[in-house]
Amino acid sequence: MKRSAAYPYLAWLAVFTIIPLILVLYYAFTSVSDGAVKFSPDNFVRAFEPMYLIVMWRSFVLALAATAICFLIGYPAAYILARKVGEKKSTLLFLLLVPMWMNFLLRTYSWLTILERNGIINNALFALGLPKMDLLYTREAVVLGMVYNFLSFMILPIYTALSKIDASLIEAAQDLGAGKMNVFFRVIFPLSLPGVVSGVTMVFLPAITTFVIPNLLGGGKDALIGSLIEQQFLRVGDWRFGSAVSVVIMGLIVIAMSLFYAVDSDEGEGGLF
Amino acid sequence: MKRLADICSKFYLGLIFLFLYAPIGVLVALSFNESRSRAHWSGFSLRWYAELFKDPEIMKALYYTLLVAALSAFLASVIGTLGAIGIDRMTKTQKKIAMNITNIPVMNPDIVTGVSMMILFVFAFSLFNAGSLGFGTLLLSHVTFNAPYAALAVLPKLRSLDSRMYEAALDLGATPRSAFFKVIFPEIAPGIISGALLSFTLSVDDFVISFFTTGAGVNTLSILIYSMARRGINPKINALSAIMFLVVIVMLYIVDKRQRPKTEKL
Repeated sequence: MKRSAAYPYLAWLAVFTIIPLILVLYYAFTSVSDGAVKFSPDNFVRAFEPMYLIVMWRSFVLALAATAICFLIGYPAAYILARKVGEKKSTLLFLLLVPMWMNFLLRTYSWLTILERNGIINNALFALGLPKMDLLYTREAVVLGMVYNFLSFMILPIYTALSKIDASLIEAAQDLGAGKMNVFFRVIFPLSLPGVVSGVTMVFLPAITTFVIPNLLGGGKDALIGSLIEQQFLRVGDWRFGSAVSVVIMGLIVIAMSLFYAVDSDEGEGGLF
Repeated sequence: MKRLADICSKFYLGLIFLFLYAPIGVLVALSFNESRSRAHWSGFSLRWYAELFKDPEIMKALYYTLLVAALSAFLASVIGTLGAIGIDRMTKTQKKIAMNITNIPVMNPDIVTGVSMMILFVFAFSLFNAGSLGFGTLLLSHVTFNAPYAALAVLPKLRSLDSRMYEAALDLGATPRSAFFKVIFPEIAPGIISGALLSFTLSVDDFVISFFTTGAGVNTLSILIYSMARRGINPKINALSAIMFLVVIVMLYIVDKRQRPKTEKL
């Protein structure tokens, strides 16, 4: 029962997460000229060329759209769940968790069957005498894939925050004459903000870096930042540029997170549990 | 008025669940489809379920998936539990540093974790002039992303533990070893188990990190599915997922049923 029990754990993480990140930085800040490796900002200069700025902007916009939609449809769901009681509530929570145990690639791939030209939705439209639509391989399909995959990550933390609210605070507000709207916007919503912040984080982070969803549902037409990194490492083989883009994305995430957390200044203990 | 709100909220939740379950329903339905095509239904059949077990590619991927998940969950639990015990004993500043290190793999985007570990492995291979990406690197990467979750699952249990219990055991003549196994371990065991289960599921579900850290010939199910996606997913994979999904639901249901009376008692 000593501190030294943690040494293998910390050493493991140092070797397999900190050293790799240092290597990423090393590759990002160096370039090869005349067979010699030297320090240079070239990779970053290239990462901020308009062509790549568009990719970053697109990733940001799509991830933000997915996060906003998750919030708009997830908040009411969390609210309804938090007001349920007993057996029914635990069953509903169970049902919310179950889809996450199905392989996420297959769940995403399954949308092809629903959205494609001869898919379920278009066949239904056709049967109703309506024209078929191009649903698949669009940006909307990519956002749909993100919302689908990450919605539960928004609902669960908001639900947790809502169910922690002390009912007597709500009663006090009602006793003091607050109407339904006032109780919600001035008591319930502010108290649920920590849940909203972690929900937003847990949706935005995976959404801005995904390369699987745009590749499957976007048909790989519009590259997102994740697909750009994947291409550089596995297809183009330009590790230095790929590393620079990785550094940029980590920077973007840190900036975005500090903006989100500025909204919620509560001192948390860190971690997801 | 209240009834109306009630009906609306039920309808709303119904829509959410329809959205979440529609693709799963489609997938399960396709696993029973006679024809190979996604586009049309040509009759009910169990053909893909029968052929599944004769497909060497899928069986091999399933084997690697379960093997990596079990080994990485076990190793991550050992390392993570020891880590949590050590961290619990640290001073405030040390603890803060350790928690920040713990949060790196949790907060880092999967793709960055994946490529950075790939760089490390390839760098190490060139340094020692030996080795290649494969099962070993896959396992190392899975232990790495699971260990923090294992530690995070044990830490709250340690925090709520009364340290005087351990001291009392020592005072009563127990060796530190038996005091640990007889006093501390039973108290933190639920945390270790939930950390291990979480690690197992994270490992089975992982695609991105595995994609970058595995080598030729070693496919997990996720990687096999991704490589199939271009030419069209084999219905056998749908059949396998339907089986795995059923197994998970049954397991979750049993765990859920067992936990419920316990939590009510507390």
